[in-house]
Amino acid sequence: MRYGRLTVVTGHYGSGKTNLSVNLAVDIAAAGEKCTVIDLDIVNPYFRTADFGKLFGDRGIALYAPVYANTNLDIPSLNIPLESILSDGGCVIIDVGGDDEGAKALGRFAPLINGYADRDMLYVINRYRYLTKEPAEAVQVMREIEWSCGIAHTGIVNNSSLGAETTADTVRDSLAFAEETAKLAGLPLRATCAIEGAMPADAPEPYVIKRHVKNLWEE
Amino acid sequence: MAEKSLMKGNEALAEAALRAGCKCFFGYPITPQTEIAAYLSKRMPKVGGVFLQAESEVAAINMVYGCAGSGIRCMTSSSSPGISLKSEGISYIAGADLPCVIIDVMRGGPGLGGIQPSQADYYQITKGVGHGDYNIIVLAPSTVQEMADCVTKAFDLADKYRMPAVVLADGLLGQMMEPVAFDDAEIVMSDASNKPWAANGHKNARKHNIINSLYLQAPELERTIKERYERYAEIEKNEPVGVADYCDDADIVVVAYGSTARLAKSAVDEARKQGIKAGVFRPVTLYPFPKNELNAAVKNAKKVLVVEMSMGQMVDDVKLAINCSKPVDFFGRTGGVIPAPAEILAKIKEMGGNN
Repeated sequence: MRYGRLTVVTGHYGSGKTNLSVNLAVDIAAAGEKCTVIDLDIVNPYFRTADFGKLFGDRGIALYAPVYANTNLDIPSLNIPLESILSDGGCVIIDVGGDDEGAKALGRFAPLINGYADRDMLYVINRYRYLTKEPAEAVQVMREIEWSCGIAHTGIVNNSSLGAETTADTVRDSLAFAEETAKLAGLPLRATCAIEGAMPADAPEPYVIKRHVKNLWEE
Repeated sequence: MAEKSLMKGNEALAEAALRAGCKCFFGYPITPQTEIAAYLSKRMPKVGGVFLQAESEVAAINMVYGCAGSGIRCMTSSSSPGISLKSEGISYIAGADLPCVIIDVMRGGPGLGGIQPSQADYYQITKGVGHGDYNIIVLAPSTVQEMADCVTKAFDLADKYRMPAVVLADGLLGQMMEPVAFDDAEIVMSDASNKPWAANGHKNARKHNIINSLYLQAPELERTIKERYERYAEIEKNEPVGVADYCDDADIVVVAYGSTARLAKSAVDEARKQGIKAGVFRPVTLYPFPKNELNAAVKNAKKVLVVEMSMGQMVDDVKLAINCSKPVDFFGRTGGVIPAPAEILAKIKEMGGNN
């Protein structure tokens, strides 16, 4: 899939933003490119990019997270030197918290991001997520995110999944929804994501993703 | 069944409540269950229900007390420290024989503790929460689908026996995402029909109903409590649920509930692959505790292992249920640390489970 040197990943709560961000970072690093991931999620208490510290460390991917992420302190304190990160070169991925509430944390960086030429802000959709099952609902949440952070999206990523129960049929049944959502949003569909074996042959812009970290009970 | 959705455990709890006709939700945010309130704040107005963020947990439970008295299905949710605050109200609701549903998505304690998953509210919840002679129904789901199913069941049991019912989850279940299905039935908000005791306004058409937990004469209070204990005996006879896996020929039976039961199941699956005869028993109802079901599950076992995310609060209930007929050992992590299947397997081996 195509993306900018600076890629901001947003979406409805639970649409799979973190998994997409992790996959992009791993692929960028595998291509020999310098990559930095910024976990800007101030909403989720667990299951976040900061969980991927070891995976990133092994691959030389730099990670910035809220100061108290994964601690018992429930304070969304952010200390992200975005300007110096951007000036250091390499690719930068910003994993934003869900919905407009999560995107609020992004707003303070809007002047910097809007002034950065090679940037993308990708809106992740999952038609199996409650409250965004209809294209109109998905676009409404997208607009709320834009109002909240003051940055416009540049593309849609279809990440429709049913977690461990995802099959090619699951993804195929989401293609029309994704196409309609992109049309309604007036944005290009940048990718159709699916795990290996679940990608339909006719999926537009296929991007095969991995589950890099297993659930605790699967170990 | 309708098409499946991918939902967080907390969202599934909330949606299931709506679908059970829960017309009023009174809550106060606390990690790791805030998604319940966030979800209902969006959904309730669309289905003609009430979402109210109270000024405190104490206020929220007392709003539930009042609402339940009018015969309408209502709910509150919190996590461990917030449940402590609600304990007085829960005792009053039980003392007034009112049905309601309370969700506890457990986090580490005591005190403010931490926001990571825990099962250290077992004593608190299964022994009634507040003061006085009473029990409350306690259901312990272990998947996101079961989170939804337990809410439905909790409302039904609460109405049937006129008492509070708790869905006891933990942060791991509240935050994990899994596919979940609800039936296609239209959402119908509850009212006071079939609740002749409800204090819901009657324009002098009948004798007025009184919702109260104060009794002026000791014998009168004793009679009320004894009547309540007759209901508890019915519950203990009719409602226990437990699920046994690979227990028939197991030498070691692992007893665990909630998300810990899934970790235990992974350990037991691996043990079986290695030729170790292990099984797992999962209490789904914690009150009533599934005593007969547990006894059947451990009938052929040599030893029992209790696994919890606490310092072993369920161990005594297991020993009592089986009348100490087998040695009962314990493995647990606490304070927000989650036991790994490999650690549980190592404990099974240490107890002599080998091939």
